[in-house]
Amino acid sequence: MAIEVRNLNVWYGRAQALHDINLTIGSQGATAIIGPSGCGKSTFVRCLNRMHEEIAGGRVEGEVLVDGVSIYTRSIQPMYVRRHIGMVFQRPNPLPTRSIFDNVAIGLRINGLAGGAALKEIVERSLKQAALWDEVKDRLSESAAQLSGGQQQRLCIARALAIEPKIILMDEPCSALDPIATFEVEELIRELKNAYPVVIVTHNMQQAARVAEKTVFFLQGKLIEEGETGKFFSHPEKQETADYITGRFS
Amino acid sequence: MSVIVERQQPTANPFQPPRTVHSARRRVSNIAIIALSLLATAFAVAVLLFLLLYILRQGLPYINIDLFTKIPTPNGEPGGGIGNAIQGSLILVGLASLFGIPLGLFTGIYLSEFGGRSAIATGVRFLVDVLTGIPTIIFGLFAWIFIVVPQQGFSGLSGGVALGIIMIPIVARTSEEVLRLVPKELREASLALGATESRTILRVVIPSASSGIITGIVLAMARVAGETAPLLMTAFGNPFFNSDITQPMESLPHTIFFFADSPYQAQNNQAYAGALVLIVLILIASFAIRWATGGFKQRGR
Repeated sequence: MAIEVRNLNVWYGRAQALHDINLTIGSQGATAIIGPSGCGKSTFVRCLNRMHEEIAGGRVEGEVLVDGVSIYTRSIQPMYVRRHIGMVFQRPNPLPTRSIFDNVAIGLRINGLAGGAALKEIVERSLKQAALWDEVKDRLSESAAQLSGGQQQRLCIARALAIEPKIILMDEPCSALDPIATFEVEELIRELKNAYPVVIVTHNMQQAARVAEKTVFFLQGKLIEEGETGKFFSHPEKQETADYITGRFS
Repeated sequence: MSVIVERQQPTANPFQPPRTVHSARRRVSNIAIIALSLLATAFAVAVLLFLLLYILRQGLPYINIDLFTKIPTPNGEPGGGIGNAIQGSLILVGLASLFGIPLGLFTGIYLSEFGGRSAIATGVRFLVDVLTGIPTIIFGLFAWIFIVVPQQGFSGLSGGVALGIIMIPIVARTSEEVLRLVPKELREASLALGATESRTILRVVIPSASSGIITGIVLAMARVAGETAPLLMTAFGNPFFNSDITQPMESLPHTIFFFADSPYQAQNNQAYAGALVLIVLILIASFAIRWATGGFKQRGR
C-alpha cells in the first residue's frame, strides 16, 4: 500500500494551504510529518483520505494515488476511500454517549461489515491490537467517556483498526495527552507500523525521531525536505530544515 | 518609569484593595448586583410556588375518581367529572405530536446539518422565528379556514393540526440549537470510518443531541397542551366522551376556561382540579419521556 502524491494544491476558500506537494510514502513503516503550526501538515494528511473536503470551502487539486488508484477520480466516493484509510484525530473523539464496545463496533455496524459473534470477535481483536483489552475487558458496556485521555485515544485507534484499514493516518495523536499516555500511544504506533503503513503528523520532533523511519518537513504550505529519519535530523540538506530542528526559527 | 514608582505606596499590600472612591463603588455595585439577582430569583420562585400551592389547595379536594371517569353534569349540578376533557386533550396533543414533532425535527436537522448559511436556510430560520412569535390564535384561524370551513364543522383533527403547527417552530429551533452543539470531532470520527453524511447524522449526531432534542419536544408538548385560543375555533368543545377526530372535541384548557367563569361553585372547583390535572399530566409526560429515552442516565454522567 504505497501512497503517491502528485502536484497537490489545496485551498481553504481563497487561501491556498498547500503548494505543489510531491511525495511518495512507502508501503512499510511510519512516516512522520513535522513543521510549525499552520504549515499545512494536518491539511496534508486530511487530503490523503478526502477528509479535507468536509471543511466548508475546502478544495483539492492534483492527484493522490493509493496503490496506483487515484482517489480523487470523479467515480470514487469519499466514503469508500475513508473505509480503507483509517484516521486518528488530535483530540480523542470517542462517542461519549456510547459504550466502549459500541465505540469499537460502530464502524463495522455503520458499514454493515459484521454482526453477532463475528462482531464481538473483531472488537476484542481490535482492542487487543490497540493494547487496551486488558484495561477494559471487564467493563465493555460502560461509557467511553469514563476512560482516561490516553485510553480514549487508544480506543479511537481500536475503532479505526476494527474496519481493517490499509493505511492509518494520525493527526497529532499525542498532542492532547500527558507523557505517560503519549508513551503508551507511541509504543502502539511502533507495533502497528509493522502491519500497516502509518502516517503521523506531529509537532514534536523527538516523537518523529522515536517512531518514524521517514520524516517530512513542511513549512508555509510547501514541502521543504524529506528523508530517512536518522539522516534527516543529523544531516539536514536544507537551511530551513536545519534552522527548524535546531530551534533557530523565527 | 519614575511616574510608576511614585504612584506605588511603599507599604501597600497588593492584595489589600486601596481605599479609594473607585474601589468603594466597585464593591458596592458588586454587592448590589448579587442582591438584585437574588431578589429577582426569590420573587420569581415565590410567584411560581404561590401559583402551584394555590392550585394545589383549591384543586386537590376535588380530585376524585369521578373527575377522571365522568362527564360534566348539566346545569352545574354537583358531581360529574371532566373525563371528556382529559381524553380530548390527550388525543389532541397526540395528534399534534404526530406531525408536529417529525416536521419540526427534520426542519431542525436541515437547518443545522444541510442549510448552513445558505440564503434558503437563512430565510427558513427567519420564518421559523417569526412563527414562534405569532399569537397562537392565528394558527387556530388558519386551521379554521382550511379545515373547519371546508368540512363544515369543528373537529378534533383541525385542533390537532393547529396545535401541531404551533409545535413545529419550537421543535425546529431547539433541535437546531442542540444539533449545532454536537462537536465537529464526533462527526469527523464517523465520517473517517466511511459513514455517509446521512448515517453520520442518524447514528452519531442525533443520538449525541438526543437529551436536548427531547427537552425541546417536551417543551413544545407542554406548550400546546395548555393552549386554549386556537382550540376555540377548531376542536371547539364537546360535553361528551368523544374519540372520533372528525367530531368536536373537549380539551382541558377549554374546560378550565369555561368552568372557571361558570356561575356554579361546583364547576369553579372542578376548574381548579382540572388545572391541577393538566400540570400533573405535563409533569408525568416529561418524566416518562426522559425515563424512556435514558435522558436521566446521560445527565448523571
